[in-house]
Amino acid sequence: MHADAFDRYYAAESTLHRLDPRIKVVVTVLFILSNALLLDGAWAAFGLGWIFLLLANSASNLGVDFTFRRSFIALPFMLVAVSAIFAPSGQPLAEWRVFGISLVPTDVGVIRFGSILLRTWLSVQAGILLVAVTQFPDLIHAFEHLRVPAVLTTIIAFLYRYLFVLTDEVLRLLRARDSRSAAIPGQKSGRSVFWRAQIAGHMAGQLFLRSYERSDRIYNAMLARGYTGQMRTLRAHVMRRRDWLVLSVSILALLFVQLIGRIG
Amino acid sequence: MHYAPAPLHIPDGFLNLVVSLIFWALTIAAVGIAISKTNKSLGEKQVPLMGIMAAFIFAAQMLNFPVAGGTSGHFLGGALAAIVLGPWAGILVMTAVISVQALLFQDGGLLVMGANIFDMGVLTAMIGFGLYRMVSASANKTLKLAVAGVAAWLSTVAAALLTALQLWISGTSSLQIVMPAMLGVHVLIGIGEALITVAALAFIMQARPDLLEAGKVAEKGGRGWIAAGLVVSLIAVLLSPFASGDPDGLERVAENLGFLEFGLDAPYTILPDYTIPFLGETALSTIVAGVVGALVVLGLMVVVGGMLKKQNAR
Amino acid sequence: MPVTHPTTHPTIPDYACDVLQVNDLHFSYPDGHSALHGVTLSLCKGDKVALVGPNGAGKSTLMLHLNGILGGKGGVSVAGMPVNDKNLPQIRAAVGLVFQNPDDQLFSPTVFEDVAFGPLHMGYPEDEVRDRVETALARVRMSAYRDRLSHHLSMGEKKRIAIATVLSMSPQLLVLDEPSAGLDPRARRTLIHLLKELDITMLVSTHDLALAREIFPRMVIMDEGRIVADGPTAELLENVPLLEAHGLEKP
Repeated sequence: MHADAFDRYYAAESTLHRLDPRIKVVVTVLFILSNALLLDGAWAAFGLGWIFLLLANSASNLGVDFTFRRSFIALPFMLVAVSAIFAPSGQPLAEWRVFGISLVPTDVGVIRFGSILLRTWLSVQAGILLVAVTQFPDLIHAFEHLRVPAVLTTIIAFLYRYLFVLTDEVLRLLRARDSRSAAIPGQKSGRSVFWRAQIAGHMAGQLFLRSYERSDRIYNAMLARGYTGQMRTLRAHVMRRRDWLVLSVSILALLFVQLIGRIG
Repeated sequence: MHYAPAPLHIPDGFLNLVVSLIFWALTIAAVGIAISKTNKSLGEKQVPLMGIMAAFIFAAQMLNFPVAGGTSGHFLGGALAAIVLGPWAGILVMTAVISVQALLFQDGGLLVMGANIFDMGVLTAMIGFGLYRMVSASANKTLKLAVAGVAAWLSTVAAALLTALQLWISGTSSLQIVMPAMLGVHVLIGIGEALITVAALAFIMQARPDLLEAGKVAEKGGRGWIAAGLVVSLIAVLLSPFASGDPDGLERVAENLGFLEFGLDAPYTILPDYTIPFLGETALSTIVAGVVGALVVLGLMVVVGGMLKKQNAR
Repeated sequence: MPVTHPTTHPTIPDYACDVLQVNDLHFSYPDGHSALHGVTLSLCKGDKVALVGPNGAGKSTLMLHLNGILGGKGGVSVAGMPVNDKNLPQIRAAVGLVFQNPDDQLFSPTVFEDVAFGPLHMGYPEDEVRDRVETALARVRMSAYRDRLSHHLSMGEKKRIAIATVLSMSPQLLVLDEPSAGLDPRARRTLIHLLKELDITMLVSTHDLALAREIFPRMVIMDEGRIVADGPTAELLENVPLLEAHGLEKP
């Protein structure tokens, strides 16, 4: 079991890595927003957006195809949008009979589906890049600076801290269960689905109690170190000229993308 | 070992911007209230506890059990979190989980996170806690577990319902396809959720019943939750057969109200002879209606039982 | 004419030495860290073997191969069955693996349910399951704990229950990972009695060489992913240079 499973950060020396985390978060969100604002079928604008992404990739020194290679995880959810192809407006392109029902893809529908696909694909990559060039603690600080309540960001910090510990525990519980999930030839094994679900529920309950009791110990340890309810952070983030520059350039670039999207 | 996207986490690009913003507003309000409420009830202890609980939910979502032929059941956890920790804490915990899932694993988008948190965190807390609160003072363990199970199931179904509606209103999916698909899948997934929630709750009741007391004491009010939970549940319960059996009606209403103008180039028209694959219109509606009917009866029984109990107590 | 008699072979003792056969096992973790470099080992029926070595030697990694949790290159077979993806359920009926942390092992509310999980999953009828649980608890001397909540037990009690949870499946091979770690002297003594009395082929990893000397006639020393010694415990424990070369101290 390795901590790497939850660490999406890829260390490297690059402009992107050195940028203030606030800027990185803001630009990522603006990029996703820009995609959302583009109308269906604004292919040129989507293309420009992709170029923006590729430039960001290369600025990260992680390889221009870094996010591309990791972008296919969103694929399963695409199925949900497939029905957009059959939007009943616009020109029908064909008629398919599937299991006795008539499915009519339309041009509007196909354009819509393609646009959704592109928006998601681009946005997922932006998210991947963000966490690849920003260490998680810095990300949390960025959110604090951006006015997310400290309570929430601290909870997230604790979540991250204990994520590995607890998921490791779950995996060991599952491993122990699997080790005793045996069968002998000639006998039906595994009992019923309900029984198996009940076992999983017991494991959840067990894990819950351990977590709850662990939090007591953590709280006591924090008290012992002077915790009074306020979380203090050590690393102050200072915006430098370079950060403002990157922000301005990004905003201009995205505005340009929007422009192309409206007139294209 | 690695995390895989679940059917309810909506990615960026799937929701219309206006829809996203509306749900962000709702979520921010709910989370804001949750922060101040948990602060009052738990004080400074809330942060380590909520953090660990969030890690617990995250980890517990990896617990699987073989269902049939290679598929396995999983667990969302919103209802359990709300039942054991109280609704406000439950909302905070799920918010933390969903945001980390979105940030680190791109499981759920950033712009649409408001909707995801509302569907999987706020809604599940409302239904999970709202229904359970009706019987939380009862001494009858079986009743509590049964209601918890129903609440967990219903919270999953309601989340699916709302997700389907959000997708439809955004023009991403046609209602006739996404509603039965989402509901159908989650009616089943909800069973797994109910089973695990009940078993986990039973375990906790057996080993540390005092923890559940703590949640109760903190929520002395509760009646608002019960009302909200019931209202939302009834809406979910009444809406689903209507939506999957008679999408025409809903679409016509939506057209009249101008919903469909958002993000669409032209309003939807209805495909007159659409039938649902494999099942056919009537079969699915009947099934759903049957389940719904049972739930309504159960809901009424519980409410009446609760009212009677209050009368006896006086 | 000369009569040729077929050469008579000495009678082969009726040992089933295929309780465990590990053949040139290699294994590397996904992150590249190489853990096992050609481990070969076999256990005969009735063998009680101590597996010792410094931390990081690969003892736990080896154990995880014995019931198919990890799969490396090379052959592992248990009770004559090769360990592969298809027959894992049967392998797990034959090998009872007890992990170091009993909390990982106890996931049911009561002791009874935890010990009953194994035989229940295997499909035994309920009265047989009950018998198996009673017998297993008796063997670890925990019969009185039948209806207790596992959550509230002490470390020593949990360790014994954990052993019971696999005994109820009547495995042919018992594999224990550091059973005496974290036990106070009394609990340790109880464990020693238990392991001495149990009439099962067993492979037990431990840092406690005194315990090894008391219970296990045979000892296998591992270091850096290899077996560096395999022989009678008494002999090996006298070989101080060997012990020190592999991070061990004579008890």
